[in-house]
Amino acid sequence: MGNGPTPLITNPTSFLPRGAGEDVRRGLDGLNDLNCLNDLNIMSLLVPFEYEFFRNGFFAAVVVGALCGFIGVYVVLRRMSYIGHGLSHAIFGGAVLSYVMNLNFFLGAGIWALLAAFLIHLISHRRWVGADAAIGVVTTSSFALGVVIVSTHRSFTRNIEAALFGNILGITQNDLWVVILISLAVFLALLTIRRQLLFATFDPEVASAYGVSTGKIDLLFVTLLAVTVLASTQILGVTLVAAAMVIPPVIARYLTQRFQTLLIVSPILGASCGAAGMFLSFYLDISSAATIVLTSAVLFILLELVVLARRKNPISKGLNYY
Amino acid sequence: MNDHNHQSGQGHGSLHPHGIEEPPVSSVRGIPLVELVEVSSSYGTTPALQNVSLKIWPGQFIAIVGPNGGGKTTLLRTILGMIPATQGKVLLRGQELNRSSMERIGYVPQLETIDWNFPITAEEVISMGFFNKNRWFGGIGHEERRKLQNIMARLNLTGLGSRHIRELSGGQQQAVFLGRALLGDPELILLDEPTAGLDIRSRDDVIHFLHEINHHGVAIVITAHDLNWVAAHLPWAVCLNRRLIAQGRPQEIFNAAVLKDTYSGEMIVFHHDGMVMIGERPHAAHN
Repeated sequence: MGNGPTPLITNPTSFLPRGAGEDVRRGLDGLNDLNCLNDLNIMSLLVPFEYEFFRNGFFAAVVVGALCGFIGVYVVLRRMSYIGHGLSHAIFGGAVLSYVMNLNFFLGAGIWALLAAFLIHLISHRRWVGADAAIGVVTTSSFALGVVIVSTHRSFTRNIEAALFGNILGITQNDLWVVILISLAVFLALLTIRRQLLFATFDPEVASAYGVSTGKIDLLFVTLLAVTVLASTQILGVTLVAAAMVIPPVIARYLTQRFQTLLIVSPILGASCGAAGMFLSFYLDISSAATIVLTSAVLFILLELVVLARRKNPISKGLNYY
Repeated sequence: MNDHNHQSGQGHGSLHPHGIEEPPVSSVRGIPLVELVEVSSSYGTTPALQNVSLKIWPGQFIAIVGPNGGGKTTLLRTILGMIPATQGKVLLRGQELNRSSMERIGYVPQLETIDWNFPITAEEVISMGFFNKNRWFGGIGHEERRKLQNIMARLNLTGLGSRHIRELSGGQQQAVFLGRALLGDPELILLDEPTAGLDIRSRDDVIHFLHEINHHGVAIVITAHDLNWVAAHLPWAVCLNRRLIAQGRPQEIFNAAVLKDTYSGEMIVFHHDGMVMIGERPHAAHN
């Protein structure tokens, strides 16, 4: 670092969408004057909240982190981690199309995501096609379509970066409300079907014998997953959504062997990593979405190290090694 | 009489139209709990069951034996309605299968099909049995909790509810899944190879639980591979190899002819002290 105050965030608006950058630019100009790294105390932790772009991004990260952590429990246990990754790539095609057609992102990409989810469900229930292959066919085709459209419209390179790596600092108040409403709807839907979903996840064969419509539950779940990915993609980006759905439940798995506890711990971890990641990215001037994912990844590595250390000591217990 | 069907010893019950004797239980004059009428089913083009007719009476305890791929699990799944019969029909108390009638049947799958790394405790698994009672909303009420605890006590699982299912012994694991089936107050429980992979002690625990449940009037149908275990513990056996070969008391139908028909191989059958014992015939003499 040089002698003078170091700018905290050097080029923050490079990947913001149309109309979202002005507010961020104003806030960051003020932040660069604060030189927060030299004067870090409790009050300085509250400084970012003076800026609307941070408040919006922070609450969006917490809400989406909790939602991804919650639905991620089922994603991991149903061995569908790849579908989160795939659906986010499928949504890329829908996002690009809705941009070209001047449609609302949530509307255009949402319809696209639901269509992709339905196609994946349909193809994966063919006896001779596995779910992984179905996801591969649908999502990569959709992603490729998005890339083709991008290549013919060179004007929106900046927005493509936002779609790929997230645009959490560009979240507006309206976006935040949409994310909160979507999250609440998905959360309530998951709570309503939690018994069937648990039964169908743990023991699908017996669940159907007990009258659980496993096909309908699967379709409903993949639809809710598509909606979750849709809400998260704008914040975390196409490439990082899957991590937010997978890492918190995997960490939580180390801490509990009760399913009900897992459903509480995992969203708390997701929300905490979202909050911590936002602060870290703010003070370190690095990508917010990537920092959120890296925060949870570091937590995972630390837990793994603890587990490895304890394995050498056969007396100690406490963490699950499954 | 069908040449392929063997019947149990005389004087123990009425004669089935296909020449297979029916069990000597008191309820035999009522309506069968489950009746399969010339049922055939298949996996794609591969036949799994061929013209199987079988009656299961209230309170009966039956073991279905037969070779791998002989249709034992398919028979259970057909009774449960999970596999549709391509021919014939399955009746539950004289009625065609429907969703509400299925609520009176409990099912315990092979433990091999369970994901033992799934983060779930014994109590959470057993609680799934309440699914039929409370499909959508609400938690477990006082009455349901008391019932859950009673069943856990019956199955010697008291104090083990918070244990991960992998931390239980083989017998306890089987008891957990049996407990889930019992929560629905079934009239019939179907168990797919409940003793597979269990040691002698655990098998003893399982048969103890099953006899105790059967004693309270619940009919039980299990599939099994160990003929000696079936002969020692169960009152009625059905030999199945896609078609029904024979049914009756194990001491009477476990003979060389029936077992050759069922397993397509020679077996040694001998009687000792009122018990029947089955051994494999060695392929070659060893020094």
